[in-house]
Amino acid sequence: MDDTEKHFDEMRGPADQVRPPYATYRTWFDQQDPERLRSKHEEAEAFFRRTGITFNVYGEDAAQERLIPFDLVPRIISGRQWQKLSKGIEQRVTAINAFLHDIYHRQEILRSGRMPRELIAQNDAFLPQMIGMAPPGNVYTHIVGTDIVRIGEDDFYVLEDNARTPSGVSYMLENRETMLQMFPELFARIKVQPVSDYPKNLRASLAACAPASCQGKPRVAVLTPGIYNSAYFEHSFLADQMGAQLVEGHDLRVVDGHIKMRTTRGYEQIDVLYRRVDDEYLDPLTFNPESTLGVPGIMDVYRAGNITIANAPGTGVADDKAIYSYMPELVEFYTGEKAILKNVDTWRCSEPDSLSYVLDNLADLVVKEVHGSGGYGMLVGPAASKQELEDFAAKLRARPSNYIAQPTLSLSTVPIFVEQGLAPRHVDLRPFALVSPKGINITPGGLTRVALKEGSLVVNSSQGGGTKDTWVLED
Amino acid sequence: MLGKTAGGLYWMFRNLERAENTARLIEAGFRIALTRSQDKASEWKSVATTAGAAGAFSQKYEGFDSADVIDFLLRDTDNPSSVMSVIKSARDNARLVRTALTTEVWTAVNDNWMTMKDLLAEPVVETELPKVLDTIRQQSALVRGALHGTMLRNDIYDFARLGTFIERADNTARIIDVKYYTLLPSTSFVGSSLDNVQWETILRSVSAHRAFRWLDEEDMTASSVAQFLILDRRLPRSLLFSLQQTCSNLERLCDAYGERHTSQDHASQMVDGLTKRDIASIFDEGLHEFITGFIRDNNALGQMIEQDYKFYG
Repeated sequence: MDDTEKHFDEMRGPADQVRPPYATYRTWFDQQDPERLRSKHEEAEAFFRRTGITFNVYGEDAAQERLIPFDLVPRIISGRQWQKLSKGIEQRVTAINAFLHDIYHRQEILRSGRMPRELIAQNDAFLPQMIGMAPPGNVYTHIVGTDIVRIGEDDFYVLEDNARTPSGVSYMLENRETMLQMFPELFARIKVQPVSDYPKNLRASLAACAPASCQGKPRVAVLTPGIYNSAYFEHSFLADQMGAQLVEGHDLRVVDGHIKMRTTRGYEQIDVLYRRVDDEYLDPLTFNPESTLGVPGIMDVYRAGNITIANAPGTGVADDKAIYSYMPELVEFYTGEKAILKNVDTWRCSEPDSLSYVLDNLADLVVKEVHGSGGYGMLVGPAASKQELEDFAAKLRARPSNYIAQPTLSLSTVPIFVEQGLAPRHVDLRPFALVSPKGINITPGGLTRVALKEGSLVVNSSQGGGTKDTWVLED
Repeated sequence: MLGKTAGGLYWMFRNLERAENTARLIEAGFRIALTRSQDKASEWKSVATTAGAAGAFSQKYEGFDSADVIDFLLRDTDNPSSVMSVIKSARDNARLVRTALTTEVWTAVNDNWMTMKDLLAEPVVETELPKVLDTIRQQSALVRGALHGTMLRNDIYDFARLGTFIERADNTARIIDVKYYTLLPSTSFVGSSLDNVQWETILRSVSAHRAFRWLDEEDMTASSVAQFLILDRRLPRSLLFSLQQTCSNLERLCDAYGERHTSQDHASQMVDGLTKRDIASIFDEGLHEFITGFIRDNNALGQMIEQDYKFYG
């Protein structure tokens, strides 16, 4: 059975004709010698390895570095469709920031009864330390990665709002760079909106969020857990591209009420810290006392208004999968508009009716942990064995509030390049939004992740996913 | 620059230098073992000692079999100074300081690591050894070429060079230390084949056997070899040359930062002391004592640099 038949293919469309955004590309592709494309593909892999665009896999040998497979067929989105998408993302990101401000101040949304109090009270990602605290510029989520899937021509759904420390933007940039090097002729024929401004925009956006007390040009640093972190490449890449310092916790300390870094010439001040370290590890004096990745006392400096932490601590409360199910209400509550982007129907297993529905229909559903990420701990019903379903049902009964369930979406497909030519594979999309008091900036496109295994719906790089360059056309 | 970055650069280049030097040591040992059938074990023992690995080696092996020593010095990850260990460590440091490196330098270090990982995946058979050692030196040359050709001459470059020359001085001094008895005039049967082989081995371990001949030193004597390795200003691996480089990189840092530290003073004292010496006075003092003192001072200098420029918290 060709499982992909019932899915929307972004190149072929429902009528099995080449959809307009892909027309020029497809003509070009059909003229290519497959042998040349194969060698280009190998070139790309060698380039990624030499450049060190690799990630570490948790639980494996520290020296184990893997490549995220790169597919050379771009994913193409029309300018018109992108405009709509980007409006929807902007609306959602605006709402998330308003929600975070509200939830750490007056909690109007809870008072209005539109969201149950337990959802916040029992949420580990909600940080009481942030109550009443106004982050510089009143920005909570400086960088957001919104995971979007497509079902049909105009049918886009948000799958997840990554409001903590979304990763993957370096792949978006390197994928484009690789495509430009491999196929310059394509970019002469097809007008693609550039993505290369992202590092510059990120720097400007972070600088615009500097504390009010900052004098002169804000000094920006990227805080990484270190070279064995799975996303270390991205941390060093972004620091390099922004011209910012790449620091680890032990490079920093609190001196005279400011965050300072140890340089060869003594201690120098930092105004904005783009941290790629989780809340829990940020400050051993406030959060996990065992943490060696953070900076003791940084939360005091933060509260005193002398450092910007991006994203703000406590933003995780907004991208929780339980909160996710309230996003349509949340968008309406804070923006006064209907949500432009759709939410996937979500059953909260904490509710008895939902739980029994989920248990009855487990084989058709996707079940996720409320606080999980990276595709770990989730069940894809249609792909699971009988035994796996039974085991998961037991877990669900034991801790129902730990799970939500969603219908299995028929994610759209985009072809990848294989031995036999083109073959459709499921994809998702993670555009990146930058937030500052000056506005919201969304880079056209984002990171397209693709499930390389035929029929698979799991696009996570830790589980056999790859990436594609994402083109938004100038039209 | 972050103190940690300065430290990363320094150690990255110390490690790269060490990889290259270990390859040279093995090559010299291999050659002497080929040309002389007796007493191979003591040659390999002195190679292991020079590489600072004899103690760790003896905990793992009986005796000093050539294949064991070669494997331990090239591939063994239990040996923190093995070529594979130091190339891995150089690359880890390069990742740490990646934002300070040009793409060319980073790619060269990364290529070096990838090449070596493949090349040293299995024990190296004797017939392949020359090729492997050659590749190690070639890879180092590529990194050095990328450094010279693409890096700004700023503090980043200075810390990289400091690592190189502190390590190199230490390495040359160790070679002399382990073989010092062959350089003593009192024990020399001047011109005997035994001495010639020993001296040639020493010169080969610093890639200077041909240079020595170019300099028209017809008389290969203990004292001329020692003079060359310790005091020659032209030989890029002599103690004086390495020390002068260290000193000049420190002076450049001092100018750039407008700040003088103990390391500058210590280095220039060492250079002054050494320029005033001649080889006769070193022999009078005792070659072994002199070298031991040099190694100690050089290590102390390295530690002062670490402190002056805040490598660690």
